[in-house]
Amino acid sequence: MGKPAQDHEAAEVQLYANRVRVYPRAVHGIARSVKWTILVLCLVVYYATPWIRWDRGEGRPNQAVLLDIAHERFYIFGLTFWPEDIYYLTGALILAAVSLFLVTSLAGRVWCGYACPQTVWTDLFMWVERFIEGDRNARMRRDHGAMTFDKVWRKIAKHGLWVGIAFWTGGAWIMYYVDAPSVTVQFWTGQASLEIYFFTGLFTAFTYVLAGWAREQVCTYMCPWPRFQASMLDEQSLIVTYQNWRGEPRGHGKRDDAGRVAGRAMGDCIDCRACVNVCPTGIDIREGVQLGCINCGLCVDACNEIMVKAGRPKWLILWDTLARQEAKAAGRHEAIRLLRPRTLIYVTALVLATTIMGSALAMRPLIGLSVQRDRAPLFVTVRDGSIRNAYAVKVSNKTPDAARFGLSIGGLPGASMVLADDTGHRMATLALDVAGGSIGTFRVLVFGRPAALAEGSRKLAFTLRNAATGENTEVASVFLGPVR
Amino acid sequence: MADDNAPRARDALTGRSTTGHEWDGLRELNTPLPKWWFWTFVATCVWAAGYAIAYPSVPWINTYFPGVLGYSQRDVVTAEVRALAARRAGVMEKLKSVPLAEVKNDQALYAVALTAGRLTFAENCQACHGAGGAGRPGYPALAGDAWIWGGSLDAIQQTVTFGIRNAHPQSRTSQMPRFGADAILKPAEIEQVTDFVMTLFKPTAPAAAGAAKGATVYAENCAACHGDKGEGKREIGASALRSGVHLFGDTREAVRAQVVNPRQGVMPNWNARLDAATIRAVSLYVHGLGGGE
Repeated sequence: MGKPAQDHEAAEVQLYANRVRVYPRAVHGIARSVKWTILVLCLVVYYATPWIRWDRGEGRPNQAVLLDIAHERFYIFGLTFWPEDIYYLTGALILAAVSLFLVTSLAGRVWCGYACPQTVWTDLFMWVERFIEGDRNARMRRDHGAMTFDKVWRKIAKHGLWVGIAFWTGGAWIMYYVDAPSVTVQFWTGQASLEIYFFTGLFTAFTYVLAGWAREQVCTYMCPWPRFQASMLDEQSLIVTYQNWRGEPRGHGKRDDAGRVAGRAMGDCIDCRACVNVCPTGIDIREGVQLGCINCGLCVDACNEIMVKAGRPKWLILWDTLARQEAKAAGRHEAIRLLRPRTLIYVTALVLATTIMGSALAMRPLIGLSVQRDRAPLFVTVRDGSIRNAYAVKVSNKTPDAARFGLSIGGLPGASMVLADDTGHRMATLALDVAGGSIGTFRVLVFGRPAALAEGSRKLAFTLRNAATGENTEVASVFLGPVR
Repeated sequence: MADDNAPRARDALTGRSTTGHEWDGLRELNTPLPKWWFWTFVATCVWAAGYAIAYPSVPWINTYFPGVLGYSQRDVVTAEVRALAARRAGVMEKLKSVPLAEVKNDQALYAVALTAGRLTFAENCQACHGAGGAGRPGYPALAGDAWIWGGSLDAIQQTVTFGIRNAHPQSRTSQMPRFGADAILKPAEIEQVTDFVMTLFKPTAPAAAGAAKGATVYAENCAACHGDKGEGKREIGASALRSGVHLFGDTREAVRAQVVNPRQGVMPNWNARLDAATIRAVSLYVHGLGGGE
């Protein structure tokens, strides 16, 4: 971001801006520690999850988290989701969105600063960069200096490591969709499908470009989230704040100490630019809340270090609300208000959505029945004079175990059934065997006495019952015959 | 657009430069676009141009610019269809040799047979026998279990291959006498035997006046082919009169008309038009419609 206003003259208007390279300096402190912790946590979860095993029995995948698109099943630990369960994803996204709104209204863009993958991977890549090329000053000096052997090997090493991490990241992504151990073997023996290689390459390339090269440009130019976050923030949100009233007028360390001694009113800010130098998006927090700020608080850590050295109180930059700042500037005290209509509404929405989602998940049926009447022929008269209708019946067994289902008919007195490919006797109830976690497809022939048919059609209902669990479900259909 | 020489002042409130564009005193703040963004845009344009050169893009009057790569979706589809036909050829070849009753045991083979049978049926058989073998008056329902010439796989294959009452020497054939038109029975006897036949498949309805005398007429004239109790005789395509299914109608009038001057169905011999494997496929399909024996 920087300060476009001061950077170029009004007479020469630049419609296109050169990128201002950001060389963030290393920093230590509370925010940095929290950031490292969350980073390690996120990466461990991301890289390790596909390798967790979960026994689901014979013939079913034993990967704890597997989004098996090819076989239309999502496995998440003990839960199995079928394509028709996709609305749980909607629910999860609603939960995620409302959580984001709530957190943002409470503590600003902490998601952006701590947990967003763009931030996490950029942080990781910056750590690698710092490890190989040194800290801010060394990097700047080398980048502006001549092409030397030292510069070349460090650049090669850095990009090599970046590509390695990016590849590891892209590969891990694939593992969420296919069995991790087998795809790893297939990948290295050249037996994986073209799609696997393509998507691994794609995600490798994107990780490398976004975390290595694009970095803060993603936050300031590509990401839509900063554009509408302002509507979540209000004057009661805790955001990273430079305490203007305490810091200004700023003055440069020793140079302006004379002024201080002479009794000129000077603020605590010694204008060392430490806050700017550590900022991963390269902004100056002293200009106030702005689009480029991801609320990571590294400037808080940096300023605290300086304040201690300068013998002034810490927390010149801190998490605070606009309202409190206004009060402090006027010499008043104002409490932090976490409970306010905005946050209460978000909490209510969150509780509501969680309750609905949770109970829907807990009560979701593990049995499914779909009945489709044959439309050609509508009905057939058979030798004994009864009318036959055919139905395509699909039985979903969402339990992990094979089960026998009983299919019966209500609403058509004297009706009997037989499976189309079965030569046995017609029966009032059919026994249908369906393997665990699968759909059984059956063609059921239903025979009805013409006497039971008024006006040529009659409503009937199929009842399906899982003999093992007792769970049952009912589907309405129609039985057709000739109009007499 | 204001002219480019307008003074490009700095905005007093924000301290930012303006583009020099002015509308009624409102000046546009300058928000420079990052150069990498601009170059990305240029790159997509270059990509688009390359794409248009490589792939079919520009329409001419009655043709189009095919692109230097010569890519054509139609060619891709044609190749895929050809590959599919090649893959199927083996299966259809196999279908010729495997005994019909055993096809079901080979799921892959059976699936192909049913699909081929369904398509063949829709193109060739459906016009008379109705969609899904629903049947029409005069054309038997194949989805039912009332078979005039037999409903086993072999019987169906035989019927499809050689047909019924056509010119082919192996065609199934039989001839019901025209009891009324050729004056074999007297008008009164025709009424009586009609009454009797009605009782064969509607036993609960009160028997009409002539039924008792009709029984004698039936025994003397009809039972030889249609059976003593109307059970029919498949070898000669004599329909089972006691069944609930009646090809030419089950009203008294329809039954009487059939005695007086019988209509008799004709079916082509499909071996003139379909190859052996296809006939077997369509036989399996018909057998699987719900009434196969």
